[in-house]
Amino acid sequence: MSAVAEQAPGARRSTRRADPAAGPWRGPTRPYDLVKEFVAALAVVALLTAALAALFSSPDERSITLQGWAKQSPNDFVLTATGELAGTTTSAGYGPPYTDGGEPQSIGPLHLAQWAGVRIPVDAAQDFVIGPLTATTHDAAVTEALATWTGATADQRTAWASAYADALGEAPDGDPAKVGTGDYGPVPALTGGLLTLATTGGLDAQLVSAPTPASSGFYQTDYTRPILFLADSGHLDEIAGQQHLHGDQWGMMNETGNYPGQAWLWLYSFWYQVPPFTTSWEPNADALIWGLMMILSLVLLLVPFIPGLRSIPVRIPVHRLIWRDYHRAHGRGGGR
Amino acid sequence: MSAASDSATGSSWTARLRARTLEAVPAEQALPDRQPAYVSSWIYVFGVATLAALLVVIGTGLVLSMGGPGWWHVSSLGHFVNSLHLWSVEIFFIAMVVHLWGKFWMAAWRGHRALTWMTGVVSFLASIGAAFTGYLVQTNFDSQWIASEAKDGINATGVGAFWNVLDVGQMMLWHVTLLPIGVGLVAVLHVVLVRVRGVVPPIGIATDGSVIES
Repeated sequence: MSAVAEQAPGARRSTRRADPAAGPWRGPTRPYDLVKEFVAALAVVALLTAALAALFSSPDERSITLQGWAKQSPNDFVLTATGELAGTTTSAGYGPPYTDGGEPQSIGPLHLAQWAGVRIPVDAAQDFVIGPLTATTHDAAVTEALATWTGATADQRTAWASAYADALGEAPDGDPAKVGTGDYGPVPALTGGLLTLATTGGLDAQLVSAPTPASSGFYQTDYTRPILFLADSGHLDEIAGQQHLHGDQWGMMNETGNYPGQAWLWLYSFWYQVPPFTTSWEPNADALIWGLMMILSLVLLLVPFIPGLRSIPVRIPVHRLIWRDYHRAHGRGGGR
Repeated sequence: MSAASDSATGSSWTARLRARTLEAVPAEQALPDRQPAYVSSWIYVFGVATLAALLVVIGTGLVLSMGGPGWWHVSSLGHFVNSLHLWSVEIFFIAMVVHLWGKFWMAAWRGHRALTWMTGVVSFLASIGAAFTGYLVQTNFDSQWIASEAKDGINATGVGAFWNVLDVGQMMLWHVTLLPIGVGLVAVLHVVLVRVRGVVPPIGIATDGSVIES
């Protein structure tokens, strides 16, 4: 191993003086116009950007709405709303930062999500179904259903909603109109009322403008609730699959259409495609992959200090290609 | 000006800052018209290309900001500016990654240049954050899907409790202020360090041009 490769940069003052690569260059020089080079680079980059923009434009697939979901996939909408009432959706049992309980991911003994706690409280049944209906309905049947739901015990509510979810699962196409008879309490009236509200566009407004600790409901920029509700559906997932955006399709590094997307996230997305993150570590895959990426980022940051890693450029002499003009002109001895 | 006032000026904070700055980066080092003979390879172009692309990214982003988050959905000019923003970001990352790999194979941290390498890496990581928040604030289907996917990863680290990717307002402010300022400041520090420490000499060559014995 050469002294060059194994010298830790910035280690001690005595070492600093001895570092042959430190200090100003006293060998041969050549004319150089920094400003001209920068202006030329700026012009080339600007022109290339303009050419690419003119040729390929940029994707802008309109956002989907709860109204569109309700109209295009009413059965999926009713099933999701029932799941919110039964407490069986992802959002209802998410855990921190939205709800208590759940099964928050961990990295071994590090329960980071749990330690951060519930800071964005979401009550799926109340926020996505009961609250919007209470605020808007003028339908006597829905009003009565709301009163029945509110007056029931938690166990009774869960029993009604779970029974209805099961019945929807058994109905042809999940069609609420074809559900068999059963003890579903007020759930069909509630989910039917919510479907009606959603098809008018009222639910979009309700989920965004519902008062929160941070907003009276007038000004709002937080889309936590509508996106969580959408994410519980099969509708969003189906559209994402058509656009090749699923996690097993290299997920969020892609974007709609044939665009490069966030190609720089390739390594992050890569781990989601391979074992053990797709098998035994899958329950904690998000936390583990983030942990792994943090470690890899730290390694990249500290390359200059890591023995072995910092020597790779010396062992694999790509540098000869980079500096071949200099070596050709000045020999291996440079300017001496 | 009297000798007394000269002395007073020399001890002022301003004068000290000027002296320290000029000592750290002499004028001919800050804006050099000669470079070491070994700075002669296409790989060196990608550093300055990264900076140039960053300027285009910031410029197109500023124009987009003037129209507001919804402008580019309804205006053909706005959509074109958005396209400029997108493609300049792609060029920025391509140039930066090639620059980073080039510097790795040069072992560019040699000669007390570790901080230069580290500021470059921090700038790269901060840029990933800036680009990511950009995708979150497009207010279209991509934003909806990316936010719904990303929340799980970020929530799993506990960070999601404080940095909510579903809150477009919070992400917008990070994208147009905090992260660009962060990337810009680190990039400036990186460039200053390059000017102060100089461009790393070839592996095996000392700064006086002689061969380093293994």
